[in-house]
Amino acid sequence: MKAWIAFWNILKKDMHNYYLKPPNISWGMIFPVAWTLMVFLKSGRALDVLGLLPGVMCLSVLFGTTSMLAVTITFERRSRSFERLLIAPIDLNLLMLAKTTGAIVFGIFNGFVPVGFALFMTHLGGINWLLVLATIFLIAVTSTFLGLFIAVSVHEVFEAQTFSNFFRFPMIFLCGLFVPVQALPIFLRPISYAIPLTYGADILKSLINGNGHIALVTSFLVLIGFGIALFTVSTHNVKRKWIY
Amino acid sequence: MNILQAQDLTKNYGDFRAVDRITFSINQGEIFGLLGPNGAGKTTTINMLTGLAMITSGTATLGGFDCNRDLRKAQQLMGIVPDESNLYEEMDGFQNLCFCGALYGMPKAKREKRAAELLVEFGLADAGKKKFNAYSRGMKRRLTIAAGIIHEPSILFLDEPTTGIDVASARQIRRLIQDLNHKGTTIFLTTHYIEEAERLCHRIAFMVGGKIVRIGTLRELMMDAQKENIVQFRAVGSLEKIGEAISREFPSVRTEFYGRDLVRIHSQQPLNLAPLVRVFDQNNISVYEAKIIRPSLEEVFVKVTGIEIAKMKQEKEKVKK
Repeated sequence: MKAWIAFWNILKKDMHNYYLKPPNISWGMIFPVAWTLMVFLKSGRALDVLGLLPGVMCLSVLFGTTSMLAVTITFERRSRSFERLLIAPIDLNLLMLAKTTGAIVFGIFNGFVPVGFALFMTHLGGINWLLVLATIFLIAVTSTFLGLFIAVSVHEVFEAQTFSNFFRFPMIFLCGLFVPVQALPIFLRPISYAIPLTYGADILKSLINGNGHIALVTSFLVLIGFGIALFTVSTHNVKRKWIY
Repeated sequence: MNILQAQDLTKNYGDFRAVDRITFSINQGEIFGLLGPNGAGKTTTINMLTGLAMITSGTATLGGFDCNRDLRKAQQLMGIVPDESNLYEEMDGFQNLCFCGALYGMPKAKREKRAAELLVEFGLADAGKKKFNAYSRGMKRRLTIAAGIIHEPSILFLDEPTTGIDVASARQIRRLIQDLNHKGTTIFLTTHYIEEAERLCHRIAFMVGGKIVRIGTLRELMMDAQKENIVQFRAVGSLEKIGEAISREFPSVRTEFYGRDLVRIHSQQPLNLAPLVRVFDQNNISVYEAKIIRPSLEEVFVKVTGIEIAKMKQEKEKVKK
């Protein structure tokens, strides 16, 4: 019970101090619009909302979660307020879950902003929204834990941003959103399959426009596996690097 | 009764040994001071005991809980005030205290009541709704101490509590520390201010180069350094006569003269002032000041560690800036 009081209050504090700040909320809305416009202008043809939606949703989640978490944790580490959490009588795994849950919720919110816009432009009936929600959740979880991995690896806020981009941009181009994985040069395909976003994007494509090519169960299991692996590695790194 | 017991506590960072097999205990209800220069290993010691650093070897128990195996249970008994005020800048004083209470699992009503009480107790009632980043350094320090005791810990770790703050705030914080101790909180204090340790601590350990080189009560440390008893007299009259007179009356003592009016009497045995003053009287010498000369803690520290205090302070302040 005591641990859950701590968990809830850490989450509440992060939501209040970081994620629910007006600049972040507006960023969460502007960002998907910018991606939609960019992809539309690049395609140069009539707007295929259903074709674009999985990609824009994935990118919104990826950028929303990794940016926020990597920066907030690095910021708290710099100001040493993170130490306050490390010396509290809370299990380290629960503490890291509390710190990442805010980013996951923020990512899910970001992921559904494009859906809100799409509602005005096309008919979204016949889509299994429960599975879409589960997918967005898993993409948010893996992206957040990637953000955690980045946060643990750097010292400065600017390093967190740079290091995030080091992962994010190759992911965007290799996960099958712009170029289908099957159409990529053969030597790049193994990298594509080593990226969690590939599986999240593929599930969304299957659910929204029927263009996915990996079995849903496989993609879900791989995403869960990535989530567990990234969290385990990150908490191990927290112990190794922050509990000196 | 011991609340904290450390046995052969060691911390290595690669090849560098930051803390070298230190053994000490802290009694319930006392203020224990760890005194040493920058880099002595004081903060590393606190970090090992509080869970911010892994213990390389040795053991530490707090309230019967092993600081390695039962860390969470031990942490529940600790309050920790780090050397920097590390509360949340964007939260106000009251929110910060409530948040810290929540980290220790305090229910909402209880932590809010306690936070309000602490703001009053620490003279911050008017600043409770002010953002932490608008606080002065002294106020930040006080709020950080309040945050450390919101869950009413059995032992409070204070790492350099008065470094880098103004004299008035430092005095206020020392008073708060004494008040907390009078209310029963055991305090583990690290400092490089020798006079702070002297004023506050019941027992003091000198730490240098990762090792505890001396430990004891203030009296024990002083006695340790005092090879003989010295009494100093300031007097008006012919002091040359007094040397012979005292030697006649007290053959085992030695007298030393400083200038025209000052004489020091050295003895291996404790000296009684009254018979000595009588000798002065008998020789028509008026004594207008008599005092027992004891070494200061600073002298003892310098003697034991070979470290100059002024240099130690300068180094610490430089690091703090």
